[in-house]
Amino acid sequence: MSRHVSTGKTRNKFLSTTATFILGAVAMSHSAQATEELNALVWCDHTDPALIEPFEEKYDVKVNLKEYEGTGAGLSIIEQSRPGDWDVFVIDGVDVHRAVEMGVLGEIPADALPTSDIFPEVVMADNNVVDGKTYAVTEKFGYNTISFDKTKVDPKDMEDMSVIWSDKYAGRIAVYDYYLPVIGLVGLGLGIDTADLGADDMPAIKEKLFAMKKVSKQVGEVVSSQTALATGEVDILVGGGEWITAVLSEEKPNLDWIIPKQGGLRWAQSIGVMKDSEKPDLALKFVQYIMSPEGQARLATSSCFWGMPANAKAGENLTDAQKAALRWDDQEGYLKNSQLYPIPDADLDAEMQDAWVEMLQQ
Amino acid sequence: MATASLEQRENRRAWGFVTPALLWTVAFFVIPFIVMAAISLATRKGREIVMAWNFDNYIEFFEKAHLLKGLFVSLEITFTVTIISVILAYPLAWIIAERVPQKWQRMALIMAILPFWTSYVVRSYSWLLVLAQNGVINNTLTYLGVISEPLELASTRTAAVIGFVHFFVMLLTLTIYANLVQMPPNYRRAAADLGANGFQVFWHVVLPLTLPGIMVGAFLTFVLCIGDYITPQILGGNNELALPQVIMLQLGRRADFPMAATLSIILMGVVTLAYIACARWLKMERT
Repeated sequence: MSRHVSTGKTRNKFLSTTATFILGAVAMSHSAQATEELNALVWCDHTDPALIEPFEEKYDVKVNLKEYEGTGAGLSIIEQSRPGDWDVFVIDGVDVHRAVEMGVLGEIPADALPTSDIFPEVVMADNNVVDGKTYAVTEKFGYNTISFDKTKVDPKDMEDMSVIWSDKYAGRIAVYDYYLPVIGLVGLGLGIDTADLGADDMPAIKEKLFAMKKVSKQVGEVVSSQTALATGEVDILVGGGEWITAVLSEEKPNLDWIIPKQGGLRWAQSIGVMKDSEKPDLALKFVQYIMSPEGQARLATSSCFWGMPANAKAGENLTDAQKAALRWDDQEGYLKNSQLYPIPDADLDAEMQDAWVEMLQQ
Repeated sequence: MATASLEQRENRRAWGFVTPALLWTVAFFVIPFIVMAAISLATRKGREIVMAWNFDNYIEFFEKAHLLKGLFVSLEITFTVTIISVILAYPLAWIIAERVPQKWQRMALIMAILPFWTSYVVRSYSWLLVLAQNGVINNTLTYLGVISEPLELASTRTAAVIGFVHFFVMLLTLTIYANLVQMPPNYRRAAADLGANGFQVFWHVVLPLTLPGIMVGAFLTFVLCIGDYITPQILGGNNELALPQVIMLQLGRRADFPMAATLSIILMGVVTLAYIACARWLKMERT
């Protein structure tokens, strides 16, 4: 009897659990159907839930994010997708024209963007506007320059770019593994503006690249570069900046960065709506959210990497500590003393990459 | 007549079993390989990829020393790793097979392959922390007074080799162990009865009989090591580039698929040569 009752209870429990599970699944499926979806091809800083969830809740939408590194990789993903698969695209500011030429980005109504709130130096109309039409908007920027451990090197030495190829800190230097900004930095060190950098400058740049490789300990991507600097494996990071040190500002106050007297490189990422998006209105709302002061503050302090928000009004949503880590008050000087990435044509791009591989193989 | 029909039925059945695997191989290996080979004959004009149907990319590979060096770096690392792994794995497999009581052998094997259970990437980053300037090794040696200045271990070829060897010793231990336990003990007893000493038994009987296990393990090590991107990328510190790293560089910003495909075909050619050598050797051993 007891066994029978027990079996009955077990069966009832099993049935009720199954029913609950099925109902839950049906409810979830209903909820999934009711919720609209938006597909965004982004950099890792957009994958922070603290940034995306407020938008999802406000518009009852599920934002599917795919992270990529390198414009080539991003454009390849788009080429392998069907038209309409992607709604939003985050891209290196210097590559917006390339994406427009490929028919990837669609026009955005200029009056839908808070252009007047954006720091004038990073509006970058030359990059984001093609033939008078706006295709993207700068959402975040920062600097590729020199990060260092101020307790282990003389900060005065960091004011001169030539420190990156001198013997003084041999074996204590790491180099960020991205040829475009580092070649730009070496160019600045030689007195060549990024906008003027051409094939004729490459022999001199190569010579300094090789000299830099000789005194450097490693050339690595973001994580290994940051780890090397944070663990004391190296004391200087060429190509670093606030995006490497700001996120560590509380735990590692000994890490600092500087724009040398020759200048630094300014990186900027842009966001746009895909030309073939089937939800251009929702995609534009997403762009507007990212460009709003709230969205900008969250993007600036994303768990992946920090960087200055393009919208000056984002300052109202940042704490004093966050602003200090981003060097909010110093931006005027930094913006004046920094230049955009070089924008090489395909041939120069290939030559730069060859020089980079040649340097790595030294 | 009835026999022929039976044979036909058997043939059809055999094809029935083989066809799914064949289709899988055609769909996911043969067709992608043909596409990749075709792309390697394309060229880049500006940002566009144009089907040129020429061997310019292959010529460029052999003309540019920094690209060719990628292949040599890969080969040097791979041969070093394979040789060190065999030297370390053989005694380990022998100890497990011969010295560990049978009831503990399974446990010993599990212990040997335990590191397989952690993620490959996590394991590589862990090695970085062990080999770092203020990592476990340098701190221990400094504490013991063996060294006064930290050794440069991380971000070197040595670090990449250590990371690889840690992984492949386990693989080789398994293949050699499988060979050792299959060997009848009477062979060794017979050799000893005929007057061979311990070393002679090993050299003339045990080693030749376990060579197939060593060769299969060494070939797997070669293939997996030469095509690996993660370990040299994390542990090598980009101070030199192995071929898989050069391939990845082609794709990152410029999306130079023709050159990436060319380098991949060359890498595959090297692996195929290694396979042919290994297969010929194993065939010669059998005949």
